[in-house]
Amino acid sequence: MAVAAKRKPKSRPDEPVEAEVSAEKLLDLYRAMLLIRRFEEKAGQMYGMGLIGGFCHLYIGEEAVVTGAMAAVEPGDTVITAYRDHGHMLACGMDPKGVMAELTGRRTGYSHGKGGSMHMFSREKNFFGGHGIVGACVPLGTGLGFAHHYRDNKRVSLTFFGDGAMNQGQVYESFNMAALWKLPVVYIIENNRYGMGTSIARSSASPNLFGRAAPFGIPGHQIDGMNVLAVIAAVQEAVEYARSGKGPYVLEMLTYRYRGHSMSDPAKYRSKDEVSRMRQEHDPIDQVRKRLIDGGLADENRLKEIDNAVKAQITEAADFAQQSPEPDPSELWTDVYGEVSA
Amino acid sequence: MVDILMPALSPTMTEGKLAKWHKQVGDAIKAGDVLAEIETDKATMEFEAVDEGTLSEILVPEGSEHIAVNAPIARIAGEGEPAKPAAAKPVAPQPAANPAAPPPAPKAPPQAASAPLAPRLAAESEWTGPSTTLTVRDALRDAMAEEMRRDGDVFLIGEEVAEYQGAYKVSQGLLAEFGARRVIDTPISEHAFAGLGVGAAMAGLRPIVEFMTWNFAMQAVDQLVNSAAKTRYMSGGQMSCPIVFRGPNGAAARVAAQHSQDYASWYAHVPGLKVIAPYTAADHKGLLKAAIRDPNPVIFLENEILYGASFPVPSDPDYIVPIGRARIVRPGEHVTITAYSRMVEVAERAADALAGEGISAEVIDLRTLRPLDIETIVDSVKKTNRLVSVEEGWAFAGIGAEIAAQIMEHAFDWLDAPPARVAGKDVPMPYAANLEHLALPQPDDIVAAAKAVGYR
Ligand SMILES: Cc1ncc(C[n+]2csc(CCOP(=O)(O)OP(=O)(O)O)c2C)c(N)n1
Ligand SMILES: [Mg+2]
Repeated sequence: MAVAAKRKPKSRPDEPVEAEVSAEKLLDLYRAMLLIRRFEEKAGQMYGMGLIGGFCHLYIGEEAVVTGAMAAVEPGDTVITAYRDHGHMLACGMDPKGVMAELTGRRTGYSHGKGGSMHMFSREKNFFGGHGIVGACVPLGTGLGFAHHYRDNKRVSLTFFGDGAMNQGQVYESFNMAALWKLPVVYIIENNRYGMGTSIARSSASPNLFGRAAPFGIPGHQIDGMNVLAVIAAVQEAVEYARSGKGPYVLEMLTYRYRGHSMSDPAKYRSKDEVSRMRQEHDPIDQVRKRLIDGGLADENRLKEIDNAVKAQITEAADFAQQSPEPDPSELWTDVYGEVSA
Repeated sequence: MVDILMPALSPTMTEGKLAKWHKQVGDAIKAGDVLAEIETDKATMEFEAVDEGTLSEILVPEGSEHIAVNAPIARIAGEGEPAKPAAAKPVAPQPAANPAAPPPAPKAPPQAASAPLAPRLAAESEWTGPSTTLTVRDALRDAMAEEMRRDGDVFLIGEEVAEYQGAYKVSQGLLAEFGARRVIDTPISEHAFAGLGVGAAMAGLRPIVEFMTWNFAMQAVDQLVNSAAKTRYMSGGQMSCPIVFRGPNGAAARVAAQHSQDYASWYAHVPGLKVIAPYTAADHKGLLKAAIRDPNPVIFLENEILYGASFPVPSDPDYIVPIGRARIVRPGEHVTITAYSRMVEVAERAADALAGEGISAEVIDLRTLRPLDIETIVDSVKKTNRLVSVEEGWAFAGIGAEIAAQIMEHAFDWLDAPPARVAGKDVPMPYAANLEHLALPQPDDIVAAAKAVGYR
């Protein structure tokens, strides 16, 4: 075997390496995370009103992971994830109006109302979905990395998936091929401690998820995924590694979802105490807010302005999503096959 | 003043219990604050504020049960509005309005069962130019090589396709010509290399994914159906997935149940896929080239026993066979026999035997199973008034079942007898030579079926 672990896997959530960012950048991160938080709260509310149907998986609590990751990539890098995907779309720069309109199943949604919460895409923003089968986005993201490698275009595939997905066989098949062929893929495990109601302890014989890539020679770290600056630093390092042709990289982001798995969640598998402790002590947005205020980088008024602007954006998205018409019935039959070009 | 409404935890929830208020009247409310806890028989949910202001009124006290979804439960006064504290007053349980009740169904004419058919592609014109005699194996190889020369985005990936030259020697010489970047040996990981191919196709490449045999693709079915076939639709037409999955399908010889299965009807079931199962070398070549150029995922079913069979093949590298057109192998008057892949040969042998008994059979090689060229079959049945379908796979929910149903729909009045199905016997494939022979459709089975529908 040609591949041996090139570096010892290490865990560093307690000694975070943080990216250094300007005050403006920190404000951007605050705004980006707040946009996701407010969007998700609104989506939850609209679900409650029956305006959104089916499955709806909210990203509340996990905002720092995708926000930090997207702050560390370059234009042209591709992103793919599973079904907890609203945050990823917003972080990729997709329009909250189009995302919300897809949630309400309207013709102005990104998929014309045919995909819903779990299936949205944007070619323009290099967002490749939005996939509802646990683990399936991992080979797909590896294929995006394969395409970058084939074209030698110096792009990187960011492939997000959950701690639960880590128990799918196709993940390891993918790790093997990505390492074998040195594909530029950064695998980001969003470890929110649960797959639906099953905690890591009850699903994974070894709780060290990033370490499972080590036998393939894939370097990895465990990162405090509630600290957006730690996420940025880690993803920067990983993306640089992948972009330079060294192959894949694994980052296990320790994070937490405050809400249920989807909207209907019995919430019997974890204590309220656990949830409120995470919210109170580790909230990714509060952490940045505190840095801004304590560091004298922004005052309450400035943050209030941002809050109001984000709120207005979300209100606009929600109005748009409710006012847009449903898809024309003829849409039922479109987009099944592409036309053969002559 | 903003009314806070009782939320639904799921699309089917109509009412629930307001278990607990986390905020009291007069409290300042920020977006994201947990307001209350809602409970149903299935779930408990914390319910967060989206609007800001001051909680001015609680309309439903905690502990109240049977609160209808979307009933007002509290009020928030915005900045500057007078916060009007009011004593909580119980709300009588209301009959629930189902929030997700489907809109009344429009009174439309009965729905079509499938998308309006795209205009049928013209059949290829009869080839009069120079031809070469090629085996199916070489025809497939030539098709791939020509398309790889034509388009740098086309590549071949699968187990043993490169250095071994193909488990069945289909990719001979490709590694030498195109190199390891474009002819790629994979580990034995069908699930992930199929998914990898789909991801690469979404990024705009044109992968040819070889399964050593289609039996092993069952490891990968999820990626073929859920990822490849549905993505264009789920993305509202934004994404496309130009990919070919190919390899030998159906029974080889004496390899028993796990290695002998016809997957035609499995994949033909799925909208978003195209499914091809050719017989002649010319069709293998012309259809594989069409499949590689097609913007959709194509399932290309070959047959190991046919790899060594030779046929004349047009020499023109631009000879393409359109997907979606059947071919009349031999015209006839008394009965229509449909078949695909190796069963075309069996059907032809049956037609020879029938001719000896004065029965003229029209044999149709389906070539493409999805989209099925039902027009060619209907035209034939309108002439012969009798139909026998032949397939190696099981009859239940098979290709023959579909053809029979469509013939009832489109040509019922022309039928002089119920359509007959000749199919693989309804058992796993046995190993013993005599049992295997019994399990597979034989010319005699087709002859018997043709006579039966002709009441002879
Ligand atoms: C193959 C498959 N099995 C089961 C499910 C049902 N399911 C949906 S989400 C989920 C939990 C996944 O957990 P994780 O990967 O940790 O992601 P998270 O929801 O925590 O973000 C399950 C079991 C599915 N969608 N796909
Ligand atoms: Mg999880």
